[in-house]
Amino acid sequence: MSDPKDFVAGMGSDFRKNPVRVAFVTRRTSAQVKVTDEDQVQTFPEVLFRALVAIELLTIGLVLISLAFNAPLEGLADPSHTPNPAKAPWYFLGLQEMLHYFPPVVAGVLVPTLVVIALVVIPYFNINIEAEGLFLKDRKRRLRVFYVVVGLFCLFLLYFDVYVALVPTLIVAGFMLLAAQSSPGSSSAFRSYLASKPLSYWIMTWFLFELVVLTAIGTFFRGPGWSWVLPWRS
Amino acid sequence: MAKTIENYFDQMRGTRVWRSVFRGGTGSSTLRRSLAIQQNVFLHLFSTKVRRRMLSFSATWYLGTLTLGTFLILVSTGIFLMLYYHPSVPQAYADTKDLQFVVSSGLFLRNLHRWSAHAMVFLVFAHMFKVFYRGAYRPPREFNWVIGVILLLITLLLSYTGYLLPWDQLAYWAITVGSNIAKAVPVLGNNVHFLMLGGNLVNANALLRFYVLHCMILPLTAIVFIAIHFWRIRKDGGLYSHQSEPKTLAAKAVPAPAGAVAKGAQ
Repeated sequence: MSDPKDFVAGMGSDFRKNPVRVAFVTRRTSAQVKVTDEDQVQTFPEVLFRALVAIELLTIGLVLISLAFNAPLEGLADPSHTPNPAKAPWYFLGLQEMLHYFPPVVAGVLVPTLVVIALVVIPYFNINIEAEGLFLKDRKRRLRVFYVVVGLFCLFLLYFDVYVALVPTLIVAGFMLLAAQSSPGSSSAFRSYLASKPLSYWIMTWFLFELVVLTAIGTFFRGPGWSWVLPWRS
Repeated sequence: MAKTIENYFDQMRGTRVWRSVFRGGTGSSTLRRSLAIQQNVFLHLFSTKVRRRMLSFSATWYLGTLTLGTFLILVSTGIFLMLYYHPSVPQAYADTKDLQFVVSSGLFLRNLHRWSAHAMVFLVFAHMFKVFYRGAYRPPREFNWVIGVILLLITLLLSYTGYLLPWDQLAYWAITVGSNIAKAVPVLGNNVHFLMLGGNLVNANALLRFYVLHCMILPLTAIVFIAIHFWRIRKDGGLYSHQSEPKTLAAKAVPAPAGAVAKGAQ
């Protein structure tokens, strides 16, 4: 037979260990690749090994920290002697900072409940799934809503003298305005990045920013009577 | 040398006793490697294969793995701490002092437990924000995100209940400040506060309640939810990668060149 071969077949050298699917594509058909299979690795042993190394490094780091720094231990608990200030664990100091401005039912109950509800419902709204840039569609109306909401919220914070929460809010709002003036095709990579960010991104970033700022202030900048102190002065 | 160790290991894996324990058996073929995952009650929570791109550090920063790491450290150090600790007033404080000055490596044990606890709270938050910014909460992973929020709350409660146990001034007043917030709950405030502390003030009853929560109820609940969390990763199609989503792939797929089909028809 002088006809050329209809197909070419080959095998990897490790075919005994790793069986592969073999497909014969003959000359008269056309293969159209719709989905490319991604390169995958076996969980055992590769992924488990990496996880083990990560956990080992973490353990080494924590052991070194534990050797260098001692956990705090103060005097025996004394209900008749209140330290000033009495502080909650660090991850609750953002809340404690808010307790300074708002009544406990707002800062201690309403806000945490709303935060948890907001976190839980994130994946159940299509707007967060599609995640299109906030100002890409219907820009004028959205900007109007943005001005009203941010304006009212800032007035609310001003009314209660919550400057520590006002500053991060204004900074995030500033970036949102910049995003509204940018398009995804912008020549600046940063501005096209901002323009593509959805509403959920802005709310979460604002939340993260407030969380970090309030926690840091509660931890480092609050002294007796919850007054403002500078950590490097004490 | 390495070869010899490998041989011994292979030999051991072939023995009757080993094979009675690990059902996967010997060999390093893809089948055997898959079986090593599938036939193990703990490992079968994970998928047998993982996309290679998800192994890069930038994909996940390994934050979930590291959170699990802190949890494992906390369970093991916590068990050792329990051997030296009585949840009673004022013995709890004396035991903590003993851990610091009398028990061999007691200081190190307590340090490791405390710093790991702080690390876990931090890592859980970091993990949540990383997952959010990657958009990994998208369907079908919605419920795994919700389980993650539950695990965040459990972690905070674990850390908070543990905070009281040393029974020093720091512990006592931190819990007093925190538990006073419970009083602000509308209508049921005082009842919630009383239920939490077993009294109207932080006292010996509160210490015992927090001890039981910290050492039994919350860790067991956490383990159950962690198991579901891991299992759901497998069930929901592995770690989320935007580039591997069907929509992204469909948009990227290259249609066959126009000439190819026409040529076949000729």
